[in-house]
Amino acid sequence: MSLKIVVLAKQVPDTRNVGKDAMTPEGTVNRAALPAIFNPEDLNALEQALRLKDQHPGSTVHLLTMGPPRATDIVREGLFRGADGGYLLTDRAFAGADTLATSYALSQAIKKIGAPDIVLCGRQAIDGDTAQVGPQVAQKLDLNQVTYVTNVDSVADGKITLTRSIDGGIERVEAPLPILLTVSGNAAPCRPRNAKLVMKYKRASAPMERPTDGSLPYAEEYERKPYLNIAQWSVADVDGDLEQCGLAGSPTKVKAVQNIVFKAKESKRLTAADAEVEDLIKELLDSHTIG
Amino acid sequence: MNNVFVYCEIDKATVEEVSYELLTKGRKLANELGVQLEAIAAGSGITGKVEKDILSYGVDKLHVFDAPGLYPYTSKPHTSILVNLFKEEQPQICLMGATVIGRDLGPRVSSSLTSGLTADCTALEIGDYDDRKTGKHYEGLLYQIRPAFGGNIVATIVNPDNRPQMATVRSGVMKAEKVAEYYNGEIVYQDVAKYVPETDYVVKVIERHVEKANNNLKGAPIIVAGGYGVGSKEGFDLLRKLAAELHGEVGASRAAVDAGFCDHSLQIGQTGVTVRPKVYIACGISGAIQHVAGMKESGIVISINTDPEAPINQIADYVITGSVEDVVPKMIKYYKQNSK
Repeated sequence: MSLKIVVLAKQVPDTRNVGKDAMTPEGTVNRAALPAIFNPEDLNALEQALRLKDQHPGSTVHLLTMGPPRATDIVREGLFRGADGGYLLTDRAFAGADTLATSYALSQAIKKIGAPDIVLCGRQAIDGDTAQVGPQVAQKLDLNQVTYVTNVDSVADGKITLTRSIDGGIERVEAPLPILLTVSGNAAPCRPRNAKLVMKYKRASAPMERPTDGSLPYAEEYERKPYLNIAQWSVADVDGDLEQCGLAGSPTKVKAVQNIVFKAKESKRLTAADAEVEDLIKELLDSHTIG
Repeated sequence: MNNVFVYCEIDKATVEEVSYELLTKGRKLANELGVQLEAIAAGSGITGKVEKDILSYGVDKLHVFDAPGLYPYTSKPHTSILVNLFKEEQPQICLMGATVIGRDLGPRVSSSLTSGLTADCTALEIGDYDDRKTGKHYEGLLYQIRPAFGGNIVATIVNPDNRPQMATVRSGVMKAEKVAEYYNGEIVYQDVAKYVPETDYVVKVIERHVEKANNNLKGAPIIVAGGYGVGSKEGFDLLRKLAAELHGEVGASRAAVDAGFCDHSLQIGQTGVTVRPKVYIACGISGAIQHVAGMKESGIVISINTDPEAPINQIADYVITGSVEDVVPKMIKYYKQNSK
């Protein structure tokens, strides 16, 4: 059977290198100050989608991302690796969303894309580590859900068989389609970019990325090659209720953000010299702390 | 109405430790708010096996849901139990473990009830909140405190208007303490069919393998933990040697796990295991909050780091400025020489 697959992907700040200006006074993330990357577990999800497409001819894989204009990079990256198309959900009204408002926006967009068989996303994003958006999107679309998926084993007769990790082990489950899956980082890594696809899609862009004054030399290409147009949707385009979007639609509020100052202990300072290490070991042995 | 609820996680007929930890916290929050503590236990064949233990943590009312399809856990039936029960009971707070199950169930329930949920909290407190925009003043809200943003900051989250205020907490973060061996709480055996439609039982678990953890980090008296500064998988072999000598366990920071130096099950910190050993030897660990959150209650902390200004040194009792590959073999050598 051919499958209609949507992959939810997020552009995330690389939290491994965070400076002082990383947070705004309102306590939300200052994305402009940080390098932006494809959320790692969303790449694992994309790979599962592309494998299903390989196994089930006629299947389609589309990426959906929400973010500022530069998040279009995520859709392009997906196209370079084998996706068929993508959607950028972008609007100032989406800004400041917590997981619930994010899942509302994404679920509205998926409704507009139209009944997928499988929605795939990463287990969690590295900037929030909440793992909440996947299950919340599933609930809003009344889809079945399976989280922590490590492999899609098979799809046949409207049923999907999966392997997932659970606390201390693994589980194999069978579920009817349609379904939403969150994929863990233990799943297969994503295939690299394909050189032919990079050539084909290098000019793929969302309308808002292009100059409108007629200065773009290859503007006519977008009419000749419709696949270069990345759909760009606002709140209105997905029939969104402003009360449920962005900060307004977020039940959680950030009360305070702190750079934690450790309560400094009186610490003994030692060097790596043999005598000092030996004295420490003796001290710990004498006090029966070790041994 | 308006009580504190804890969802108890049950494997076959055994209540998971994290649930006792949350009941203990829930009891304290309920006392502070002057309300009751209620608990939910859902599974198959649990009647008569879990009630006494759950009540002993000071539970005023336990809701038992016992039916064939409720074990092993699948998302929809357990979601329906919580959603439909909460519509009747209107709790103000709901706590659950930040386990695979809690992180599957919590968001689905919160989405259904349009309530706020905060994942992986490291502290929960009661306090007031002033909304700067609306000027509204709120009393007795749940402060949901968690490291955020890769552990670089700590955020306090509140849910001013929506109920229940939901939070997940990792195993080991809170401490479990019984209130009384026989606590006089009420037990309600609920009619599962009233809460869970037949159509919810759609996901079938066809195979399940669970193994006991291959390490005993949580209970280990001595932990030798490695960070990015260990440098390699081979570097971790050195830590294993020291841990073996000291009869301890090896742990790791997230940076070391992400770098592929060791397995994820060794991760200590907010998104890993929380530990309270007698001795914690931090090897090449800088000390991001996300890591410190999981080890700050250790007895004696020894930090080995080439950087004399590493943040972890501030909470260390002993700071050895030097490289892991230089210092650790010396520790092994002098331990061997002096311990006999």
